[in-house]
This record gives sequence, structure tokens and C-alpha cells, in this order.
Amino acid sequence: MSDTDDTSSFDPVTVFEPTEQDLRSGSDDCYKCSTCDSVCPVAAVDSSFPGPKFQGPEQWRLTRKEDTEIDDSIMGCSNCMRCDGACPSSVPLSQMHNTARGAYVEQQRFASDAVAALRSGAFRRAASIVRDGVADFRERIRNRLLANYYTAGRFASKLPRVANAATNFGPTRWLLERVLGITSERSFPSFATQTFREWWADRGGSHVENPDKRVAYFHGCYANYNTPAVGKAMVRVFESFEYEVLVPQQRCSGTPMFANGRLDDAKRHAETNVESLAEAIADGAAVIASCTSCSMALREEYPELFDIDDIDAVSEHTYESLEYLRHNEDLDAVLSESSGDAEEYVYHAPCHARNQGLERQAVELFSSVDGVTIEDVGDSCSGISGTYGWKTEKYDNSMAIGDPMFTEMEAAAGEQGMTECPTCAMQMSHGTGYSITHPLELLADILTDDPSASSDR
Amino acid sequence: MGAMTVAIDADVCVIGGGLAGMTSAIAAAEAGASVRLLSHKKSTLRQASGLIDLLGYTPAGEIVADPFDAMATLPDHHLYQRIGEQAVHDGFDLFDAVVGESYSGDHTAANALVPTYGGRIKPTARYPTMTAAGLASDRSPVLFVGFERLTAFDAPYVSASLSSDGMPAPTRGVTISAPGSHRPDTRLHRLVHALDVNESVSTSTGSQPIRDALARRIEPHLESAQRVGLPALLGLENAPDVRRDLERLLGVDVFELPMGPPSIPGQRLEHQYLDALDDAGVFRTTGNPVVAFDADAGRIQRVYIDRNGSRVPYTASQFVLATGGLVGKGLASDRTALSEPVFGCHVPHPADRAEWYGDDPHTDQPFARFGVAVDRSLKPCDDSETPEYDNLRAAGGVLGGTDVTMELSASGRSLASGVRAGRLAGERSN
Ligand SMILES: Cc1cc2nc3c(=O)[nH]c(=O)nc-3n(C[C@H](O)[C@H](O)[C@H](O)COP(=O)(O)OP(=O)(O)OC[C@H]3O[C@@H](n4cnc5c(N)ncnc54)[C@H](O)[C@@H]3O)c2cc1C
Ligand code: SF4
Ligand code: SF4
Repeated sequence: MSDTDDTSSFDPVTVFEPTEQDLRSGSDDCYKCSTCDSVCPVAAVDSSFPGPKFQGPEQWRLTRKEDTEIDDSIMGCSNCMRCDGACPSSVPLSQMHNTARGAYVEQQRFASDAVAALRSGAFRRAASIVRDGVADFRERIRNRLLANYYTAGRFASKLPRVANAATNFGPTRWLLERVLGITSERSFPSFATQTFREWWADRGGSHVENPDKRVAYFHGCYANYNTPAVGKAMVRVFESFEYEVLVPQQRCSGTPMFANGRLDDAKRHAETNVESLAEAIADGAAVIASCTSCSMALREEYPELFDIDDIDAVSEHTYESLEYLRHNEDLDAVLSESSGDAEEYVYHAPCHARNQGLERQAVELFSSVDGVTIEDVGDSCSGISGTYGWKTEKYDNSMAIGDPMFTEMEAAAGEQGMTECPTCAMQMSHGTGYSITHPLELLADILTDDPSASSDR
Repeated sequence: MGAMTVAIDADVCVIGGGLAGMTSAIAAAEAGASVRLLSHKKSTLRQASGLIDLLGYTPAGEIVADPFDAMATLPDHHLYQRIGEQAVHDGFDLFDAVVGESYSGDHTAANALVPTYGGRIKPTARYPTMTAAGLASDRSPVLFVGFERLTAFDAPYVSASLSSDGMPAPTRGVTISAPGSHRPDTRLHRLVHALDVNESVSTSTGSQPIRDALARRIEPHLESAQRVGLPALLGLENAPDVRRDLERLLGVDVFELPMGPPSIPGQRLEHQYLDALDDAGVFRTTGNPVVAFDADAGRIQRVYIDRNGSRVPYTASQFVLATGGLVGKGLASDRTALSEPVFGCHVPHPADRAEWYGDDPHTDQPFARFGVAVDRSLKPCDDSETPEYDNLRAAGGVLGGTDVTMELSASGRSLASGVRAGRLAGERSN
């Protein structure tokens, strides 16, 4: 069942633009209460960032006029989507940001403009387009690299030990910082010596056959290349409830691409995902994800941004893994009768879990387990927001945003961190030195004490 | 497949996370029930001024000195009459316990007169301690300080307007530029954060903590002022420290004037309520609306929230509806009718839309009183005054019968009905 290989190349597609009408009514719904600005973690620390109300409804209105280009500040938005959840009027802010970012990146593609200027004889203009374009070039390449973690992960996981040594090797980091603007303050995540998909294939796929209870696992990039233990824990948990687990072919969910305005890349990946997940859904499976940004992308951003056959079916049948289990098994009752190793956890809810209404789920579930204590560190943003905190020029902002979370973590009793989001986990451990686990890993330990299972980990 | 079949259960399920819903949830938990609070959006407290009005004007439009005295004169159909004075006391007791020292006003039954950023004097029952030094009843001279570009707060205008509104103290207003590079217009929150953590800013005399820099800019304007009033942006978590530092540096009292949305005092209050919900052990699910329900034999069995197209069930033995009024989306209106969209409760209103509005926009507005009609135990009733469901109560802005904007009683209504509905639901569920 190994289909880790990339599918053949896709035809380039033009990005589906949300219709003028969709966003116009969203923009009209804004009554300028500024609640969105009040929750934006970037606006709180970055004086040059004008905030979501500007990035969303105001910029949308401004750019209706010809010759008004998307403001550079759009790239300052970390795509945490907090503004979305806060707007009392349900203005589709992050859809507006994503669309504006996509248009901004398009606008940066200077070559065609330069050629057009040359053709029309405007040599000066062509030269200036090229000059400006080169200045932005470094940022574009860097963002493109960060957005395509899927591709980087795919290469790195072919030679994980080499990749691990190389990516955290001093001179490489110096080069990455100097040439591309990727901060050397952070250590790169290490690549697993066996990817989740390799493990899955080795294991011979699912150990349960059950046409009545099927889930299709969307592992995303991170659980596949970096933390296969999360995916294995998911398999242990769901198989313990007699679920047949499917692992359909998949590419990146698109999260880092949306955040870097690479909507065309995201759409290419989305087409593979939608096609293969829709097939699993037709076979009776619900789609589950262990990363809250992946479930967010499939559920919310896909139908907002793209027009692909079956995209609504995928959106409606995608769940966060614990959310799905909790609403299909009496997990609350099982857990309240279980016990776990005495351990004190400090939990941080990722912004994208918050946006899905899941920010209290882990705390609720685990606080009923005998022996386990779990403390929520409150509603601050971790500050890394995927690729945002990896950019040299954003690093200080990222740490300033994360500061309240670090303080809360240190004030809490436990020293074992927990979160659903892989990049929040990086930031939590970067700021405190704690090791960070995923709720599925704890759940697997509580529910399955089968020692043979530990070889799966 | 994909059908979310196992419901999450609690004794009491409260729908709506505004002041009324949070109050109900805490009251139900204190009555011994397990409680689930389902809210579509973040609490609306972060938009509210942070002032807690109980009764500022009588229905006849006279300013109220003592709300409890005035309550006795209210008509029978008024909410305070229907649920009784004790419910109002209970609601304010719960509020006082949640906010502790950060609010003032509980030492007296009388209303306080608080100056607002619009230059009006407002009778209110509770006000943030950050605002306490600004009361209009005090006669000591005031300097109002506004910031360039923060157009919502025009200090010279506020000063003039308060004097003509009857504020007895001598007042002046100046506009200064905010220290550092913070432009307090779109980046209000940047300034709030900088004051909160006392960031250092560069000034003409070198770099210094922003609180010092701010005091330095105010000082030359002080003259004989004994109080300084600023727009409410003096920090979030560390607001008392910001005020204390400014008072120490300036040697006079400092106070905030509550602002319109986005409201910093509202955000502070929201934090306190969220902590109180956690302390009471209330389970919260925020981000998705309740869109449907099942009922059987006159009782609500379960409600469903919408998760991008899929429905997630929640069960309880008692339910509280606290979804707010037209603004909170607890009431829906189209061209011809008004409705309560979650349970379809009866909302009495004239069939002829022309009768929704009064002739004079400043006086009686029938539509401001539209809302769900309830019996004395806060159960929504149908048009023959029979409860719609045996285990459903309603609280806060979704209730009809009172024009809270005119009489300045919005928060009082939410606290009194919230505590009563929550407590009854909690007791009945045991
Ligand atoms: C801008 C502003 C200024 C204010 N200023 C003052 C003031 O100066 N003095 C004063 O006393 N009061 C003031 N208030 C009023 C006060 O804060 C409360 O709004 C009021 O008491 C009504 O509270 P509520 O809880 O009934 O409704 P709301 O505050 O409207 O809350 C309703 C809640 O229900 C949720 N909801 C709605 N539909 C659903 C659904 N289908 N499923 C799940 N959840 C749903 C909403 O998301 C919201 O969280 C102000 C309010 C606002 C908005
Ligand atoms: S929260 Fe919504 S309505 Fe308010 S300013 Fe932002 S986009 Fe506009
Ligand atoms: S998505 Fe996050 S960073 Fe971007 S504007 Fe909204 S709140 Fe700010």
C-alpha cells in the first residue's frame, strides 16, 4: 500500500477566484466594530501591521479600484484566523486575506509585466519592474520553499539522517539565514528514519476490516515525515475501537501555501486530496486528521477558495480525530473509568483548533482520567503560525506573540507540553525547553496497554 | 458514516455566550449541575463598554437616582417586576463575586454618574475601578487627555460637552501625540499592549519606558488639575499597574473613560468571566452555532451545532436560551416578521410593520421591546401564555418587554434573568 510517491505532474491551473459577489456581501457586512483588530496577535506587537479590518473588508474595497495594488502588509498576516472567529458579523476575513495574499503574490510575478512593458516600448518601466522584482526575489523564493514543506519533507525523508545533520549544520543555517532569510534561531524539526506511510506499508496496512466503521486518515506532511508516532497512536486508538483505518493517497493540505499566498500550488495539492478522500468517503469512511490546521484546511479553506468536484463532500466529512471519536464512541464514559500514568500536562490550544470550536476538547477529555492532570495555558497565540515564525524578519514578533504562552507554561505545574499542532509544538518547546506530546499519544497510552503495540511506536 | 451520533451530555445546556449566558452557566453550576455553554461567537462583552447598567431612566424618561426605589414603580409586564427584586440582587451579587476589586459601585444602591467618551454623563450601577476617579459627582478639576489620530475621543470636545451636560468640576481637554511610533487609530491595540508590558520607546531624550514617556507628555498640561482622564486603553492584564504608575509619576488621580467598540474594559471583563466559568467547572464549546433541536412530549431532548455542514448533538435535561437580541442574532427579522431562530419561540409583534416604529425616534420604539415572552420562571410562552417547552428558559437580550437602550438596563436584565434562569435550570436538573 505504499503510495508515498508523488503522482505525476498536474497541468497548471488558474486559481479559482471567489466570486466578486461572495466577498462583496462579506465586505458589506462589516460594521467596523474592530473586534477583529482586538484579537489579532500580530497587530498587538507589530506597529507596521494595520490589522485584519484593513486586510479584509477595507483592502477588498480599495482594490476594487483599478491601479490599486494589494498592500505589502498582507504578508505580515500569519493566517492564525483568530479574526475570523471573533467577528460578530461573520465577515469572511481569512478568505479575504487568503485571496488578497494570492493576488499579491501574483502581482509580484514581474516577468510578464516587464515583457509587456518592453513590447509596448516602455523600456524604463520594464527596467524598474525588473529592479523591484529582484529586490523581492529572495523573499519569494524563501516563501515558496517554506510553503512547499511537502516537497522538502519528501526529499529529506529519503535520507533522513543526512537531512537532519545537514539542516541543523551551522554553515547551512548561516547560509539559509543570510541568503534566504530563514531564521537560524530555531532548530529544524528532525525527520523520522521511517515515515508513517513506510511504517503503514511495512505493517501491511489495517489490522481491522470493518465496512461499518471506517476512517480515512489524513496524516498531512508532519505526522508522515517528522512525527510518525502521532499517526501510529491514531491507528492504535482507532483500531482499539474496531475501526478500519484507510490511508489514502495525499499531498499537502495547503496550510503553508495559503499563508504564503501560493494558491495555485495549494490548488494542485487539493485536487489530489479531494479526489482520493472523496473516494474513501464513497467507501463509507469519514476523514480524520490529527493536525488541526489540516482539518481546518479541508473543512473550511477548501470550499472557500477552490471549486473542485466533491470538495463539499470532503469538507462535510472531515473531522479532527478526537472530535470524531468522541461523537461516535462513548469516549467520555470510557475515559472517566480509565487511569493513566501520573503526569501533569500543560496544554496549549492551537488557533486553528480554536477556530473549529475544539479548544477545550483535550482538557475536557483528559481531566476525567484518573492520575492525569491537565492545565490549559489560556487563549494566547503561540506566535509561530506555521511558517511565519521561521522568517528572519518575523522571528522577534513571533517570540513576542508567544511570550504570554511561555510565561503561562512556566507558571503551570506540569512540565510536559501538549498540543495538536506541530508548529505550535515547535514553538512551545523552543520557548520553554519542554517536550511536547499530541493528545492522540496520551489517549493511545491510556486506552491500549497492549505491550506488543509499543513496537508500533 | 460521518454521522455524529454520540451526544455530549450535561445536566444543563446554555446556548449563547454573552453576559446572560455566562451568568446562567455560573449560576447553574453553583446550583450543583454539570453545565455546557454553547456559543457561536466569542462573548459580546469585548464590544460592550464595561459599564453595568441596572436602571438609568424610568420608562417615562426620568433619570433614576436609586434603581431599587424606581423598580417599584415599573409596570407589571417589566422584567424586573416579573422576576422580582431578589433576582436583581442575586444577579449583582454574582457579578460582584466574578469581578472582585476591579469594579466599584457595590457600596451603594444608588447609581453612579460616569462620564463617557462621547461627553455624556451616564447613570450606572457598576463601573470599572479604572474609571472610579472620574465620577461626575466629584468636584475636583479634571484634565481630559486625548491622542492625535484617535478621533473617537476628542478631549476638548468631551470637556466642553460634559460641562454643558452638568458636570460640576472645572474641566479642560488637550490632545497630545502618543509616545513612540504608535498611532492610536488602527493600531490602538499596539498601544494598549505597549502600555501593558511597559515597552521602551524612543523619545527625543533617549529611550524610556512608555508609561514614563506618556506621563512626561501629559505633565506640562496639568496646571491645577487634580484628575486626569484618558480614553480606556491603559493596558489589559496589567491595567491597575499602568494606572498606579501614571498616578505616581503625575501626582494626581488617573482614570479611564469607557470607549465604544473595540472596548478594552469589555475585554478585561471577558477575561474575568472566562476565568469564573473555568472556576465553576463549566464546559465551553465556542465557534459554531446551534441550528436545530429535537423535542419530545413538550421537552427539548437535544440540540445540534453546525460544523461546516455536519451536525453535532448535545443533550441535557434543562436548556437556557441566551442568544441575545437582534444584534447578537438571537432574534431574526425579515421584511414581514420577527422570529426566534433556534427553537422558534413565539415573539409577539404587530403584524403590520408600520407599527414597529414610533413616530419620534428619540422616544418609545416598539421594536426595541420585541423579544420572547416569558412566564415568571422565565419559560418562553406561546401566544396563549403557555410554556413552549417544560425544560427551556430564556435570559438576557432575547427577552422582550423592555427597551433597555432607553432605560439603560441592558446588563441588569442579563444579570437578573441569567442568574434566575440558570439557578432554576440547575435545581431542576438535579
Ligand atoms: C457595543 C455594545 C455596548 C454595550 N454597552 C453596554 C453598556 O454600556 N451598559 C450595559 O449595561 N450594557 C451594555 N451592553 C450590553 C451587554 O454587554 C449585553 O450585550 C447585554 O446584556 C445582552 O447580553 P446577552 O448575553 O443577552 O446577549 P449578547 O451579548 O448579544 O450575546 C448573545 C450570544 O449568543 C450567541 N449566539 C447567538 N445565536 C446563537 C446560536 N444560534 N447558537 C449559539 N450561540 C448563539 C452569540 O454568539 C453571543 O455570544 C453593550 C453591548 C454591546 C454589544
Ligand atoms: S470584527 Fe467583523 S464587523 Fe467588526 S470590524 Fe472586523 S470585520 Fe468588521
Ligand atoms: S489571520 Fe491572524 S494574523 Fe492575520 S489578520 Fe487575522 S488575526 Fe491577524
